[in-house]
Amino acid sequence: MEACFHELAAALDRALQPGETYTAYFAAEQSDFVRFNQGRVRQPGSVAQAELSIDLIRGRRHATCSLTLCGRAAADLPRLPGALQELRALIADVPEDPFLLYATDVHSSSSKRPGQLPPAERAVDAIATAAAGLDMVGIYAAGKICRGFANSFGQRNWHEVENFNFDWSLYHRSDKAVKSAYAGFAWSDAELGGRMEAARVHLEHLKAAPRTLDPGRYSAYLSPAAMQELLDMLCWGGFSEKQRQVKQSPLQKFYDGQLQLSGMLTMAENAGGGVAPAFQGEGYLKPASLPLIAGGLPGSTMISPRTAQEYALAENGADGDEAPGSIDMAGGALADADVLGALGTGIYIGNLWYCNFSDRMNCRVTGMTRFASFWVEHGRIVAPLNVMRFDDSLFRVLGPNLEALGATPELLIDNHTYDGRGTSSARVPGALIRDFSLTL
Amino acid sequence: MLDTIRQHFGTLRCDAAYWSLRFVDERSRYVCVRQDVAEAPNLDRDSGAMLTVFDGGGYGYAATADLSAAGLQAALDRAHDWARATARHSVLPADAAPPHPRGRRVSPGAGEALPTGRELLDLALAESAAAGFDERIVDWQASIEVREADHLLLTNHGGDVHQQYRFMVPDVSATAHANGDTQTRSLSGRGFCRQGGRKVLADAQFAGAGRRLAEEALALVGAPNCPTGRMDVLLMPDQMMLQIHESIGHPLELDRILGDERNYAGTSFVTLDMFGSYRYGSELLNVSFDPTPAEEYASYAFDDEGAAARKTLLIERGILQRPLGGELSQRRAGAPGVANTRACSWNRPPIDRMANLNVEPGASSLADMIAGIERGVMLKTNLSWSIDDSRNKFQFGCEWGQLIENGKLTAVVKNPNYRGVSATFWRSLKAVGDQDTFDMLGTPTCGKGEPNQAIGVGHASPACVFGGIDVFGGEE
Repeated sequence: MEACFHELAAALDRALQPGETYTAYFAAEQSDFVRFNQGRVRQPGSVAQAELSIDLIRGRRHATCSLTLCGRAAADLPRLPGALQELRALIADVPEDPFLLYATDVHSSSSKRPGQLPPAERAVDAIATAAAGLDMVGIYAAGKICRGFANSFGQRNWHEVENFNFDWSLYHRSDKAVKSAYAGFAWSDAELGGRMEAARVHLEHLKAAPRTLDPGRYSAYLSPAAMQELLDMLCWGGFSEKQRQVKQSPLQKFYDGQLQLSGMLTMAENAGGGVAPAFQGEGYLKPASLPLIAGGLPGSTMISPRTAQEYALAENGADGDEAPGSIDMAGGALADADVLGALGTGIYIGNLWYCNFSDRMNCRVTGMTRFASFWVEHGRIVAPLNVMRFDDSLFRVLGPNLEALGATPELLIDNHTYDGRGTSSARVPGALIRDFSLTL
Repeated sequence: MLDTIRQHFGTLRCDAAYWSLRFVDERSRYVCVRQDVAEAPNLDRDSGAMLTVFDGGGYGYAATADLSAAGLQAALDRAHDWARATARHSVLPADAAPPHPRGRRVSPGAGEALPTGRELLDLALAESAAAGFDERIVDWQASIEVREADHLLLTNHGGDVHQQYRFMVPDVSATAHANGDTQTRSLSGRGFCRQGGRKVLADAQFAGAGRRLAEEALALVGAPNCPTGRMDVLLMPDQMMLQIHESIGHPLELDRILGDERNYAGTSFVTLDMFGSYRYGSELLNVSFDPTPAEEYASYAFDDEGAAARKTLLIERGILQRPLGGELSQRRAGAPGVANTRACSWNRPPIDRMANLNVEPGASSLADMIAGIERGVMLKTNLSWSIDDSRNKFQFGCEWGQLIENGKLTAVVKNPNYRGVSATFWRSLKAVGDQDTFDMLGTPTCGKGEPNQAIGVGHASPACVFGGIDVFGGEE
C-alpha cells in the first residue's frame, strides 16, 4: 500500500501545471470484521478500501476531490488525470480563499507498527471457544490501517499500524450486561480467555434483582469508560479555537473566566502517546503534547491551519475538526481498591451512553447509564441499576462536585468504524462525583 | 461502468448455493460558504463492490474497490472462505438465501442536468450575504450537497436490479451571540434532505433562509429560557422527524429485537410478543414504512438483498402491527417484516434499517391544534437527542420554542427540552395535523451497526400535539 501511495504522489507531482500546488491525504485499510450474537457468528467479512483526497491549489483558489482507489497503482494512476481536470474546471470558477493555509516547510516522516495477528478464522474459533455457553455479542475488527500525506513540495508522511479490537458484551438478560474490550497489536488466546473469564465473573453481580432509583442527586463513581463519554462531550467543540471564536464552545464560559473547573483537572492532547498519525491534512506535524487544561485552568485550544489563518493565530497541528484524537487526562489519588469504600453509598457507573448537550453554552449534558452500573451501600455492591438518565452541567460535575480522580488512568482505544477503523484513543481515570443529578 | 460490471460478473465462478455482487457508484459535489467566504468545493468519487456468499448455513462478504474481473473473483473467493469457515458457528438458518429479483428505479430529477458548481456556489453565497446583517450574528453558513448514485445488485441466478438516485441536501444556519448567550437556527437541523433535482431547493425554501434564520437566532438570543412544567407540546415536522426516528423507528428494528445490536446501538423495549396487540400510541397514531414517495430520502424499489419494497403500516390506530425487519431477520424471528435490509455503501454489509418511516396525516388544522392548547409550547427543529439503549427513556431538545397560552402563540423561548418514555409517550398523542401541516424530511446520517454505518433515512410527518409532557429549559 505504501508503494502505491508513493507512486500516486509522484504521478501528482508530474501532472501539475505551472502555478499549481497540491496537498494529498491517503487513508486505507484492509480489515476483517466479524460480528457476533449469542456467542455465534452473525456477519463475517473483509473490507479493502483506500481513499485519496487531493486539494489542488492555484494561488489562493483551490478545490478538493476524494477518490476511492483499489491500491493497485496500475488501476489507480489512470484515474488521476480526470480528477485533476475536474478540479481545474472548478478552480476557474471559485473565488480566492483568504483562509487557505498549508505546510510549505518539508517534514517527512514514517511510522510503522506491525502486529502479530492470527488468521481471522482462527481468532473466530478462539472467541467462539472462550464465549461458549455465554450470551456474547460484539465485533472483532482487525488488520492494517494506513495514513499518508504528500504535497508538491516533496513532503511525504506515512503511518501504518496493524492491530485488532475485539469489543464485546456478555448479557445476563434484557439490558443487563458487562461490556469488555481487548485491543492491541499482538493477539493472545490466553489474554482473551482471561478477559472473558473476568467479564463472566463480573456478570454474576448483574443477576441480583435490579434497583430502580428515584430522580435526585446521588454520589457517583464514574469508571474510566464512563468518564470518556463525558470527555467526548468536551471534545465536541470544547477545545476548538474556531468554536471559541464564534462563541459556540461548550467551554466558552471557562475560557471567558465566568465558570471554573476543578483544580484536579489536567488534560492534554497527547499525540506522542496515542495511536493516531502524527501529521494532519494540510501537512503540519502534531506536537507530542498540547496542554488543554492545567490544574483547572485553560491551556491551549486546538488550532487548525484554516482557523489560524482566519484569526491570525499560529496553527498547532490540529485537524480540521479541531477535536483531540489522543486525549490524556491525569489521574488523581483514588486507588482502584478504594473506589467502593470512598463512594460509600451511591451509584457505580460502568458506562454512560448517548450523551448530548441539553444546554450547550452551560456545558450541561444529558445521557444514560448503561451496562454494568450498580447501587452501592456502605462500600458494597448491593444491586444492578436499572438504566437512569442524568442531566447535569460539567461545570458542576468536573467543578465543585468532583471529589477525587482515580489513580490509574486507563487507555481506551477507539472502537468506532464509521467510514473506516478509528485511530483515536484516550487515557482517562475514573472519578468520584457528589450530587450527580439523575432526572428520569 | 454498469455494463463492465455485468460482464465481469458473468466471468465469476463460485459453487455456493447463493452468491451476489452489489455495486455502488456515487458521485457527489459539495459547496459551502461560511461568513461570505467560499470554502473549497469538494468532489467525491466513490465506487466499489461487495461480494456475498450464502453456503451450507454459512455466510460471508468481501468488499473491494478493485473492479477488475480478477479483483472481483478474489473478493468472491474470500467471501466464500468466510462462509465455509464460519458455517458451524453461524447464527443464521441453514437454508438462508436472498431472492433473485429483476428491476429498475430512477430518482425524480435524475434526468435533468446537474446544477453546475458555480450555480450551487452562487446560491450559497446569496444566503450567506443575507444572513450576516447584524453584528450580533457571529457565525453563519450555507451549503448544498448533490449526490448521484447507481446501485446494481446481481445474483447468481439471474437477479439484476439497477437503482439510480439523486440526492440533494441543502443547509443554512445562523448563530447569534449577545448577553453572554449563543443561539443557532438552522434549516431543519440538516433534516431537509430529499431525492430530486432543483425542485428540492425550492421546496426547502433555501432562497431567503439566510435572512430568516438569522432573524430567528436574534429573537432566540434575546428570549427567556423555556419554562419548566407539565404541559402540552406541539411538535412541528422537523422535531416529529427525530421523535419518530428515535422512539418508534429504532425500537421496531428487528435486528435490535433479535439482539444483534446489543453491543453498540442497543436493544429494544419491544418484544416479539407485542406485535398485533400492544398499544403503542393513541387511536390517532398510524405509522407506515413507505419506500414509495418519489422524493422522500430513502425511497427505493428493492432493498440491498433484493426484496421488493412496498408501503406497510407498522402501527395502525395505535396498535403495533409488525417490526422493521428484512427477510433474513424475519426468518430468524418467525415474524413478518418489510424490505429494509440496507447498507450505507459498498463496503458495509446490509442490516435492518428504517428507510422511510412516516406518521400518516390526520384531520386537525394547525390553527385548531394551537387553539386547543391552554398551556403549552410549540417546538421546532431538533437540536439535541438522547435515548436509552432500549429506546425508552428519552430527552430531546429543540432550537426554537414558542409558548402557547389560552389557544394563542405567544412568547419565543430558548433552550426548550422535553423528556419522556417511548412506551407511554405516544399514548399521549392528542391531535394529528392535516396534510397542510405535513412535511417530508429525514437525516443523511443515522448511525448503527458493527462495523458502524451511517445511512440516510426519511421521515414525513404532520405536526402533532402531545398532552402532559415534562418540559424544561436551560440553566438559570
